[in-house]
Amino acid sequence: MFRAALRLSVSGARSLTRSRPQYTASVAARSYSHGKQETDEEFDARWVTYFNKPDIDAWELRKGMNTLIGYDLVPEPKILEAALRACRRLNDLASAIRILEAVKDKSGPHKEIYPYVLQELQPTLNELGIPTPEELGIDEA
Amino acid sequence: MLATRVFRLVGNRALSTSICLRGGHGVAKVEDYTLPAYFDRRESPLPDIKFVQQLSPEQKSLKEKEKGSWAALSKEEKIALYRISFKESFAEMDKGTGEWKSVVAGIFFFIGFTGLVVLWQRKYVYGDVPHTFDPEYKQKEVQRMLDMRINPVEGFSAKWDYENNAWKK
Repeated sequence: MFRAALRLSVSGARSLTRSRPQYTASVAARSYSHGKQETDEEFDARWVTYFNKPDIDAWELRKGMNTLIGYDLVPEPKILEAALRACRRLNDLASAIRILEAVKDKSGPHKEIYPYVLQELQPTLNELGIPTPEELGIDEA
Repeated sequence: MLATRVFRLVGNRALSTSICLRGGHGVAKVEDYTLPAYFDRRESPLPDIKFVQQLSPEQKSLKEKEKGSWAALSKEEKIALYRISFKESFAEMDKGTGEWKSVVAGIFFFIGFTGLVVLWQRKYVYGDVPHTFDPEYKQKEVQRMLDMRINPVEGFSAKWDYENNAWKK
């Protein structure tokens, strides 16, 4: 029992030290007193798998994105790439642009996150022909 | 037959709304507020429905074009597609309204108005002050206080020079 508590407290301390600007998706904040904590990689992999579903439907895309934005983190570029490809499969360009807007909004005061994400997503954006909100001029009111 | 008519009314909104048949009387009218609504929210970037429900023919053909390569779309077409699905962009939904200026202006206005009311009251409502406020009465009052040696150590009378009958410099 003590070993389990120690293991949990160690992982808790690990996530506490991540107070510098995070580019990585962190664990959803749940206080379990027992049970295994999901690692960042597992979290990312789960979401990438979710969006990579070949026959994903529009509702699932919306639900996934809205849930993901609800978490206290900025999603990893690889999750966003999967989401953008899902938009492509659904022939929904507007949602793809909206996702980019949401990422920028989610970064809040950490202005360096959005350019980083765009940089990582550039190959995908070029491949699919997705414009950034800045290119379209809708990033200003 | 009735059901399909209602479905066509609903259009491409959520078809999951249930049509209730009440005691064989027919189909209940689907109220607007029961259907999924559109709203722009930061925390929920993809609303349940598209903003524009009835597409014009150009918009319909644009939607068809969307099924092809997105790189083939012009910038205006991409913006048009965005505006079909969404009412306001994040920047537009987040911008301030400037309402605070109206609020502050209102505050100043009503404070000013209250000032006018107070002035009018002074003139037309309140009677005279008591005679104890007259300058002559006040003088006699001060003299009495000095005679009584009010606060002679550090306060009132301490500031009076009794030798020279004047206030201390």
